[in-house]
Amino acid sequence: MDKVIGINEAIKDIRDGDTLMIGGFMANGAPEKLVDALIAKGIKDIILISTDTGLVTTGSGKLISRKLVKKLYASHIGTNKETGRQMNEGETEVELVPQGTLVERIRAGGYGLGGILTKTGLGTLVEEGKQRITVDGEEYLLETPLKADFALIHAAKADRNGNLVYKGSTNNFNNVMTAAANVTIVEADEVVENGEIDPNFVHTPGVFVNHVVDGGAING
Amino acid sequence: MDKLEMQEFIAKRVAKELEHGLVVNLGIGLPTKVANYVPEGIEVIFQSENGFVGLGLTPTEEELDPNIVNAGGMPVTIKPGGAFFDSSTSFGIIRGGHVDLTVLGALQVDEKGNIANYMIPGKMVPGMGGAMDLLSGAKKVIVAMEHTAKGRHKILGECNLPLTALGAVDSIITEMGVIKVTNEGLLLTEINPGFTVEEVQEATGAKLYVDKELRKMEV
Repeated sequence: MDKVIGINEAIKDIRDGDTLMIGGFMANGAPEKLVDALIAKGIKDIILISTDTGLVTTGSGKLISRKLVKKLYASHIGTNKETGRQMNEGETEVELVPQGTLVERIRAGGYGLGGILTKTGLGTLVEEGKQRITVDGEEYLLETPLKADFALIHAAKADRNGNLVYKGSTNNFNNVMTAAANVTIVEADEVVENGEIDPNFVHTPGVFVNHVVDGGAING
Repeated sequence: MDKLEMQEFIAKRVAKELEHGLVVNLGIGLPTKVANYVPEGIEVIFQSENGFVGLGLTPTEEELDPNIVNAGGMPVTIKPGGAFFDSSTSFGIIRGGHVDLTVLGALQVDEKGNIANYMIPGKMVPGMGGAMDLLSGAKKVIVAMEHTAKGRHKILGECNLPLTALGAVDSIITEMGVIKVTNEGLLLTEINPGFTVEEVQEATGAKLYVDKELRKMEV
């Protein structure tokens, strides 16, 4: 199978108002070229799921600073002043989710789970409106799954089947998000032939990936 | 002590809590400085919640790899024997009780071990990041902070800012001393010889019990 296509072809079905997951941690491991292509296409009213909103000029933060996001799910927005301003002035709806809970809600969405139980957030504002469940005498919060229409992912290397390898700390939310979207689009710094990635060292199996874009071949 | 000296002093004292083989997560800011003072002969495994263990120090120009950043987004190194993973594994390590010790800063801590360190409503709402997970999952929690905020109490009978976690804090280390959170209340176990017990009490917004064997705080 060959999942490698051009960047504009890869994002052609993304519409205004879609829910997007975007990988990266403070833009480390963020699919910068896919985000730029979205901006060029003029997509707006996005429901964005991203652990932080990078900086004003990096990662998913670029969508925030251009006011293209309607609702945001994130764990930390302190590094992008524009996100806080939009939240305080009621321009963008923001749901703050503890980082470990956010990644597990995404995992639940991708792995067919009806939710997860965690002690994180018990007795805090995070608990508001949520169900407490007792298991073996221990109390937990029920956190529900998150899914998306599209996931925008960055990888260091992809083969034509969409098997992925990350470098350094760039994996972060990328691996988990690949499973939780209807369509997963990967921007890879390098695209190689099937068989060139040792199957023992694949970080994300290609079954979760729909499209691969050769980011290394795109200038600028 | 000026602010910087105070922070270094606190970081040095926290570093004395490190034991060989512990898995440790350091928060952003003052807690990050603890890594500079690991006692000789002791090896600890630092975890970075964005996805690795074996966090090393700031890279030299030759070592710099843009793919490796810490939880504050700053370039760092990974030590031989370290490992990278995704955020699910990283928070599995944290939430599952595989982090022995976390050191965090705080806006407020109270005598029940409650902690507020992620928002000031209407003013500063950066989000909790991984702090709630760390506080609920780490085996031991040390708060490392300046004793007061420009004279205002940070150690209180009861926090009035939104809580990050309930009853999570084990001890508080400041430039004035070391305070343990016990079922009976806050117990001053070490004091910086530059201060009297009365001065520490005055800088604290909750009743301090003084340990019978109160020791001198040394770094």
